Amino acid sequence: MDTFLLIAAAIKIAAFIGITLTFVSICVIFERRFSAIIQDRVGPNRTMIPLTILGFKKDLALPIGGLTQPVADGLKFILKEDFTPSYVRKFFFWLAPALVVVPALLTMAVIPFGSPMEIGGQFIPLAIADLNVGPLFIFAIASLSVYGITLAGWASNSKYPFFGGVRACAQMISYEIALGLSVIPVLMFFGTLNLGHIVEDQVANGWLLLPLWNDGGFILSSGYWDDPQSAIQRLLLMVPIVISFVIFTTSIFAETNRMPFDLPECETELVGGYHTEYSSMKFALFFMGEYAAMVVGSALIVTLFLGGWSIGFGIDNLLPAGAWWVSLLHLGVFLGKVTVFILFFVLVRWTVPRFRYDQLMNLGWIVFFEAALINVFLAALVIAYPSIGLWGVLIGFILLLVVTILLITVAKGATKKPSATAV
Amino acid sequence: MAIIKVERPKLTVGEKIYFGSIFKGMVITLRHAFKSLLGKSTGAEALKSSGLGITMQYPEQKWDDQLPEYYRGAPALVTDELDRERCVSCQLCEFICPPKAIKITPAEIPSTDEWSKVEKRPKEFDIDMIRCIYCGMCEEVCPEQAIYLRPDYVITGTERSEMVHDKKRLYEIGGKRVGLVNKWNDLK
Repeated sequence: MDTFLLIAAAIKIAAFIGITLTFVSICVIFERRFSAIIQDRVGPNRTMIPLTILGFKKDLALPIGGLTQPVADGLKFILKEDFTPSYVRKFFFWLAPALVVVPALLTMAVIPFGSPMEIGGQFIPLAIADLNVGPLFIFAIASLSVYGITLAGWASNSKYPFFGGVRACAQMISYEIALGLSVIPVLMFFGTLNLGHIVEDQVANGWLLLPLWNDGGFILSSGYWDDPQSAIQRLLLMVPIVISFVIFTTSIFAETNRMPFDLPECETELVGGYHTEYSSMKFALFFMGEYAAMVVGSALIVTLFLGGWSIGFGIDNLLPAGAWWVSLLHLGVFLGKVTVFILFFVLVRWTVPRFRYDQLMNLGWIVFFEAALINVFLAALVIAYPSIGLWGVLIGFILLLVVTILLITVAKGATKKPSATAV
Repeated sequence: MAIIKVERPKLTVGEKIYFGSIFKGMVITLRHAFKSLLGKSTGAEALKSSGLGITMQYPEQKWDDQLPEYYRGAPALVTDELDRERCVSCQLCEFICPPKAIKITPAEIPSTDEWSKVEKRPKEFDIDMIRCIYCGMCEEVCPEQAIYLRPDYVITGTERSEMVHDKKRLYEIGGKRVGLVNKWNDLK
C-alpha cells in the first residue's frame, strides 16, 4: 500500500520534472520562433535530428523544422568553456545558479497537471504533492529564487551584475506583495488552498474567469438560474476577479523578470545584468531557472483562473473519471493552456516597452498594492452578501469607495514630481 | 509670425488606465505576426521573401540575379577570343595583393608555340581564397586585362587546400572574355 504510493510519487516526480524541463526547452524554441515571426524573420528552423552521426544517409527533419534546436542549444552550453573569473567570490558564485533553478523546479510540485488517475481502485492525484497550502507553498519557495539572483550579482564582484542583483531583489520583493494580495479574493471564493480542489471546483462551476456554466447547466439555459441569487453573485464577483487576474498576471511578469519588467538584465544599461560574469552551463542554469519560473507562473495562472486541466463547457463530466486516457487528455489540455500563456508572455514582450525603474516601483507599490488591497475588500463584500444583507453591502461599498478615493489622493501626492522652482 | 503654441495632447482616462492601450498594442503585434506568418509583411515581395516574414532563406533561394554589374566576388583569370591565356605572368597582381593571396610561378612560352612572341605565361597561378579580401586591386593593376573579379561568392571547402584556387579552377570561373584590348593578335 505505502510502497505503491511511494512508487507512484517517484514516477510522478520523474515525469513532472521531465515535463517541466521539456517545457522549458519548448518555451525557448517557441519564444525564438514567435519573436522571429513578430519581427518578420524566420527564426531557427533548420535543426534536424542528426541521424548522419549514427551512420544513416540523411538527417531527419521534423515537420516544423527547428524543434530540436533546444537540444543543440543545451549541447552547446554543456560543451562551452566554463570560465570562472579570478575576482569572484567562488563559493557563492557557484551556489547562485543552483539557487535560481531549484526553487523554480520545486514549485511545480503542487501544481495539478491532470485529473486524478485511478490505479488499482485508488485515485492518484496528478500532482507530486497534493498539499493543502498549494499557493502558499509556491509563493514561499518561489521567493527563494531572489537569493540566487542577488547572490549572483554580489558574488560576481563586478558593478553591472551587482546593479542587476540589487534591482532584481527590490523588484521581486515588491511584487511579491501584490502577488500575494491579488490572489486572496480567489482563495476566499474557493475557500480552499488545495490547488487540486480549486480545479475540481472550476470543473463543476465554470472557470474562474469564464463562469459560463454551473451545476444546473449553461448560462443561457434556465438551469443556470435555479439559484438566481448565487448566480448573480457569481457574475458580480467577476469584477474583483478580473482585477485580481490583471494584477496577478502582471506580478508574475515582474516576478519572472520578463519584459516589460526585465530591468535586472536589461542589455542597454547593464550588459547582461546579474549573469554577466557567468558562462557555459552556469549561465544556462540561470536561463533555465528563468524559463522554469515562467512555466510555473503560467501554470499557476492557468490553475487558478483558467480552469487548470479542465476542458470546460461541461465536457469533463461526460468523460469517465479516473480512466487513464482521460487523465492524459487533461494533462494535454493543461499543457496546451500553459503553452498559450507562454505565447502570451512572448506577445507582451514584443508589445510593451521596458519600464523605467521608478515607474516599476510606482506600479508595484502605489498602484498594484493598493488596488489589490481594495480588491480584497470588494470581493469580501460580494461574497458576504448572503450574511450581511443588501444594506450591509451598500454601507460597506460606500466606505470602500471613500477609502479608495482617499488612497488615490494620497497616492497622487506621493507620485507628484517636485516642481522645478522648489529646488 | 505669430507663435503657435502646440499643446501636448492630454491623455484620456482610458489611456491613463493603460491596459486598454496595451491590449490595442497586442492586437497590432498579433496582426503583424499573422501577416508575417502568411508572408504578407510590408516589402516581402520586393525582398523576395521565402513566405515567412521578409527573409530570403539562403541555400534554397539566392540573390544572384540581383547582383550588380560591379559586384566583387572571386577573382578569376580569363582567356581571349582565341583561347589564349591573357595573363603574361608579370606578377603585378602578386605584388599589389594586400593580403598576399596570389602566388604566381612564371614560365617561358617555348619558341615553337603559336604565341611565342608573348614570351611568358603562368605555370602556376594560385589564389588562396582564405586570404583574399575581394579588394579588386589585382583587377585594377593588371596591364593585360587578364584577371577579373567575378560574381561568384559561394566559395566553400572542408579543407584549407580546397580553398586554394589553382590555375585550372581560375580559368574555369573566368571563362572567355571578348571585346577587350588586344595587343597580341590582329583582332580588334
